[in-house]
Amino acid sequence: MAAIEMKHIVKQYGDGFPAVNDVSLDIADGEFMILVGPSGCGKSTLLRMIVGLEDITSGDMVIGGKRVNDKAPRERNLSMVFQNYALYPHLSVFENIAFPLRLAKTPDAEVDRLVREAADVLELHEHLDRKPANLSGGQRQRVAMGRAIVRQAEAFLFDEPLSNLDAKLRGQMRTEISRLQRRLGITTVYVTHDQMEAMTLGDRVCVLRKGKIQQVASPRELYEQPVNLFVAGFIGSPPMNFLPATPQNGGLSTPFGTIKLDERRAAAVTGRDLLLVGIRPEYFEDASLVDEAKLPLGSLFRARVDVTEWLGDSQFAYIPYEAPDAIRNQLRDLSRELDAEELRTQAIVSIDSTSRIREGRDAEFWLDSRKVHVFDPTTGENLTRDAEAGAALTRMAAEDRVEQMEDAKSGSGGTTSVGAA
Amino acid sequence: MRYLFRPPAAEAAGLLTLPWHQPLAEWDDSLLLEVPQRGISRHVVRFVASEGRVFALKEIAEPLARHEYALLSEFEQEGLPSVSVLGLCVDRPEDQEAILVTRYLEYSMSYRYLFSSARAHSPGRLLDTLVELMVRLHLAGVFWGDCSLSNTLFRLDAGTFAAYLVDAETAERHPTLSARMREYDVDLARERVGAELLDLRSGELLPAGIDPIAVAESLPGRYESLWDEVTREEVFRLDEQQYRVAERLQRLNDLGFDVGEMELVTSAEGARLRVDTRVAEPGQNRRELFRLTGLEAQERQARRLLNDLRAYRAYLEQRSGKPVPETVAGHRWLAEVYQPVIDSIPPELAGRLEPAQIFHEVLEHRWFLSERAGRDVGTTAAARAYVETVLPRTPREVTTPSVMADRH
Repeated sequence: MAAIEMKHIVKQYGDGFPAVNDVSLDIADGEFMILVGPSGCGKSTLLRMIVGLEDITSGDMVIGGKRVNDKAPRERNLSMVFQNYALYPHLSVFENIAFPLRLAKTPDAEVDRLVREAADVLELHEHLDRKPANLSGGQRQRVAMGRAIVRQAEAFLFDEPLSNLDAKLRGQMRTEISRLQRRLGITTVYVTHDQMEAMTLGDRVCVLRKGKIQQVASPRELYEQPVNLFVAGFIGSPPMNFLPATPQNGGLSTPFGTIKLDERRAAAVTGRDLLLVGIRPEYFEDASLVDEAKLPLGSLFRARVDVTEWLGDSQFAYIPYEAPDAIRNQLRDLSRELDAEELRTQAIVSIDSTSRIREGRDAEFWLDSRKVHVFDPTTGENLTRDAEAGAALTRMAAEDRVEQMEDAKSGSGGTTSVGAA
Repeated sequence: MRYLFRPPAAEAAGLLTLPWHQPLAEWDDSLLLEVPQRGISRHVVRFVASEGRVFALKEIAEPLARHEYALLSEFEQEGLPSVSVLGLCVDRPEDQEAILVTRYLEYSMSYRYLFSSARAHSPGRLLDTLVELMVRLHLAGVFWGDCSLSNTLFRLDAGTFAAYLVDAETAERHPTLSARMREYDVDLARERVGAELLDLRSGELLPAGIDPIAVAESLPGRYESLWDEVTREEVFRLDEQQYRVAERLQRLNDLGFDVGEMELVTSAEGARLRVDTRVAEPGQNRRELFRLTGLEAQERQARRLLNDLRAYRAYLEQRSGKPVPETVAGHRWLAEVYQPVIDSIPPELAGRLEPAQIFHEVLEHRWFLSERAGRDVGTTAAARAYVETVLPRTPREVTTPSVMADRH
C-alpha cells in the first residue's frame, strides 16, 4: 500500500488545452479519495495519469515515495477494479478470482492463500467451489473485486464503476466498496460525476472544475463550508438555493425577507453591493411547526408555494422568486456548468412531512439563518466561509478513518495481511 | 419507446412488431433464434430473425448503448472490421435499459467453436488474426478496453481467418493512441485470452495440446511484431531506395494495410523511410469481383474466385479464337462455373459455409484430387466429391442462423 502524491500536475493536449491544470493533491496511505466534478472537469484524465495511461505534461506523480511519471501502467502496480467483469462459466469461483495469478505463474500454495484471504474479506469463501452461474448480482461484482485484491496492488482505482448499474445494485455496491476499502485499508482513488456517491464513499473529496481543484475536504466540510459557489452548488441534493441579496443593517435583504447575520458574517459582507445568499433546503421549515424556542434563531417570511412533493418521510415545497437579470444569467451559467437541468429561480425547501402547506397558497416559512453562506456573484467566492470550522470537520473525518481501520483490523479474525504489498 | 436507426434499415421493419416493452430475458422462445455460436456476455443477449436476416439484441444501459451505436456506425463507415449496427430502442417502460441491435455476422464462428472443434485450427493463427484486428483498431485511434476472444468473431477467408470486433462498449476513440494506451490494451487482451482459454480447458473443450498460459503469453509479442512491421521507420542506402520503397509498400499491402503517405528523408547516411499506414478495408479484389459478377466475398476469397474467373476467360478466348470482354466472361463464369457448384449443395448442407468459401474449398479439393489422379479432374467432379466427402464433415452447429431461420 502506498500514499499517492501529485505535485503541480499539468496535462496539456496537442491543441494547448489544459485538461488538468496545476493539480497538487496528497492522498494518504489507506485513504479513500474521491475525484468528482461535472464532465470535462479533468477527473478521468487525472485518474489516467495516476494509472499511467496518459503522459504527464509537467509535474510529479509520486506513488509510494517513487516518482512514476515514466513508468508503464504495469510497473506501477495499481489495480483498476472492475476493469474486467467477465465471469467465466466453466471456472469455479476460486479460479475466477485466481486467474490473474495463474497467468503470472504464481505458485499454487501462494494462489491458494491469496484467494482464500480475499474470499474471506468478500465473504465468498462458501462459494469458492461453485460455478459463477449460481451467484447473485452482488456476489458476481465481488468476484471482480477479488481479482483486484489478489493482485496485491499498491492502490485501488475506480473509474465510475457504478454508472451503468441499476439503482438497486448501485446502492448495494456502494456499501460493498466502502466496507471492502475499510477492511483492506488500501489507498483508493475513485472517480465519479455523482456527488451522492462522492459524499457517501470518500474520506475526502476533491472537487474539480475545468482542470483545477476547487476544494479538497471531507464530505461534511464541503457541505457546510464550501469555498465557492461552484462547490456549494455541486454538493447536496436537492441543491443549495441561491437568492439575490443586498446587505442592509447588518443583515441581508432578499426576496424571502430580511435575513439576520451574526457579527462575523455581517462584517464579511459590509460594503458589498449585490450578493448571492446560499441556503440549503433543510434550513427552511413550515413556520407553524417550528418550536417556539427556535423561532428567534431565524427569520419568518410568507410566500406562495408553486408545487409540493410529499415523499412519505419528507416533503419539499417549490417557491418561485424574482431575481435581477444579472443574477438570473449567473445562475443559468452555473447550472449549465454543473450539468444541472433546472434554472434556479425557484427555491426548493424541505418541510416536515406532516406539514399541511398546500400548492397555490401562501404560507409562512421559517428560515434558519445560522448556517447560510454569502457569495460574491462575480468571483463565486464564499465570503462567509469559516475555514477553521471546516478544517475541524475534515480532521474529525480523518480521526474516524484511522479508528475504523483499526477496528476493522482487530475486529475480524486475522485477515489483515490481505492486499498488503 | 423510441427507435433510433440509420437508413437504409428496411430489412429490419419486421422487428418493430417485437415486444420491446418486455425485458429481453422474458421474450417468448418462439420469437427467438437459438444461436450456438456464442461468446461470454455480461448482458442479456438474444437473437431474432426477420425477412431472412438475423439480428443480435443486447440489453444495456442507455448511455453505453448510445456510445456503442455511435462508435460501431463510425467503424462501419470507415471500413474497420466490426459488426454492423442497426440501431437502438430507448425510453422503454419502467426504466428498462436500452436495447442495441446489431446485424448478425453471417458465417462467423466464435472462439469457443474454433478452439474446441476437431478441426483444431492452430491457436497461433487465431491469435495472429486477433492481433491484426487490434493493430487495425489502434492505427485508427481506437482503444478497445475489452479485447477478448469473446468480443471477436472469426470468419473463414480462403484458408485464413478474418476477425471482427463485436463489442465496442468500452471502446474509446482518440485522434491517435499513445504507446501506453496500446500497451495497456494489449495487456488486457493477454489476460482475457488467457482466462477464456483456461475456461475452455476447465470445461474440457480445449484440445490437450493447447496451453492457455503459453498462448496468452505469446499475444503481446505477436502484436508487437506486427505493429513494428507496419509502422517502423527504415533506413537504407540511397542506391537501394527505389527497390526498398516498393518492397515495403508491397509487404504492407500483402498484410492487408494501405499506406496513406510515405515520407522519405535523405541524408549522407542514406534514406529514412517513414510510412503512414492506414487501415483501409481490404477491398481491391472484393470490389473487382463485385463489379464483374455481383458476388460478395471477403478479400482473399475474392482473389481466389477472380483467378478462376480469369482462367475461365482465357479458356473461352482460346476456344472461340477471339477476345472475350471481361464483363462477358464474368457473366458466363458466374452462370457456367460458379452457380452450378453452389447449386449442387444439398439443402441439408446449406449454410454451413459461406458460398464463396465453399467455392474456394472446391478449388482446393480439385487441386488435391488432380494431384492424386495425376490429371485435372475438373471443377464439376471436384464439386461432387467435395459435397459428398468434405462438406458433411463441417458440423451442423456452424450453420449460419439466417439459413436455419429460413428452414423454420
